[in-house]
Amino acid sequence: MNVLPFGERALLVELPTGAHTRALHAELLRRRAAGTLPPVTDIVPAARTVLLDGLADPQALARALPTWDVPPFTPGASGAVEIPVRYDGPDLADVAALWGVPPAEAVHLHATTEFTVAFCGFAPGFAYLTGLPEDRAVPRRATPRTAVPAGSVALAGPYTGVYPGASPGGWQLIGTTDTVLWDPDRDPAALLTPGTRVRFTPVGPAA
Amino acid sequence: MTDRTTDRACTVVRPGALTTVQDLGRPGLAHLGVPRSGALDTPAHLLANRLVGNPPDAATLETTLTGCALRAHAPLTAVITGAHCPVTLDGRPAPWGAPFTVPAGAVLDAGPALRGVRAYVALSGGIARPPVLGSRSTDLLSGLGPAPLAPGDVLPLGAPTAPPAPADAVPQPAPPAELVLPLHLGPRDDWLTPDAPHTLATGHYRVSADSNRVGLRTQGPALTRARDGELPSEPMVTGAVQVPPDGLPVVFLADHPTTGGYPVVGVVPERALAAAAQATPGTPLRFVPTHPGR
Repeated sequence: MNVLPFGERALLVELPTGAHTRALHAELLRRRAAGTLPPVTDIVPAARTVLLDGLADPQALARALPTWDVPPFTPGASGAVEIPVRYDGPDLADVAALWGVPPAEAVHLHATTEFTVAFCGFAPGFAYLTGLPEDRAVPRRATPRTAVPAGSVALAGPYTGVYPGASPGGWQLIGTTDTVLWDPDRDPAALLTPGTRVRFTPVGPAA
Repeated sequence: MTDRTTDRACTVVRPGALTTVQDLGRPGLAHLGVPRSGALDTPAHLLANRLVGNPPDAATLETTLTGCALRAHAPLTAVITGAHCPVTLDGRPAPWGAPFTVPAGAVLDAGPALRGVRAYVALSGGIARPPVLGSRSTDLLSGLGPAPLAPGDVLPLGAPTAPPAPADAVPQPAPPAELVLPLHLGPRDDWLTPDAPHTLATGHYRVSADSNRVGLRTQGPALTRARDGELPSEPMVTGAVQVPPDGLPVVFLADHPTTGGYPVVGVVPERALAAAAQATPGTPLRFVPTHPGR
């Protein structure tokens, strides 16, 4: 791991892989729950980095972090969140073509994959899910859409995401869900948080 | 008939260019993609609350350049801090920077800023719009919290918890003639050519009119990338100075996105961001880069 200062009160920890990032994030949450982590305002994972923000003495933690024994990431004991999906997205055929399979096979591949929330960003409750093999990565749309409907299930790069609300977006839309991903009046507001396991289950088109 | 003494609210007579409800924001939720948000000039927000007897986390109004006007339903104590502006009560001069009583039915007007950008209007009891995720702040990036003020909006107020502070004017920093921002280089200064710190220090930047609650944008010399491509998305902090493809540094303020893919050349400490929030477009801007640990 590579620990970089990020201003006066934060550290950015760089990890070699997404799996290492997941593992360090889980270890940080364990230590915070156990009361052995110095007080910190935010622990924010991303693709290959974890941010620790709001530290009183970042340098002390920067010295300690490389000495930690961080066990490999293991998905939580609780079951996966199931998200029913109508695989009817306008970009499903394009994604299938990129993968070199018929659309029905693309649906099967996606719906039999177990995903993990790597991190959140872009908008409240927008989770970046990993789980697809590396060779299934797809580019963003050449021209982003000005409006993507809420509940759109979409792919970009190695990630799957579900748009929590309507917004502009450049991801490849493969399906739609009625599941509410984000509701600030609900507790918890976000259905998907870093480390959560997720499965997408195909449902037929609305009758 | 409404009991006027318990109708603790005010009506928006003039919302100004952009007036939002702000408190200390939503820290600790960045891992869900929720920006921290909150008052951009935190010291001015805290001072305003103290002067009317509110706790630090009570919600105030943050105006932008043109102020706002409110009609009180019941007697209340008000104060204006932050940007310097003419203050009137039913058209008569009222103090700036010191608390005063607003009688029921009177119109309080915080006028256009003479110096600075954002004035803070604190009312005794605080703005009592329903909190979202523990905060009443309007987050303009993600749309959380109350909408910006519109004419005719009725703002409910909480119950006062303490008497106003003694009505002495309190010295406040003047908005900067030149905005000088300390900059702790890193974590991605190596994505820019080695002359970047020198350019940031000597490039005669100015505050851009495109600045907003998400970021202070700049005009001046473009920084040059030492490498192409985008970083994998990484977390951002308030005060991070991101360098987008046009090479013009952006200082992230309270409503900044929680992650981003452009390199961060350095971070401005939080104590310097209040001045950034009060720097009008065109203000000369100079960064003072330092290498951490050197």
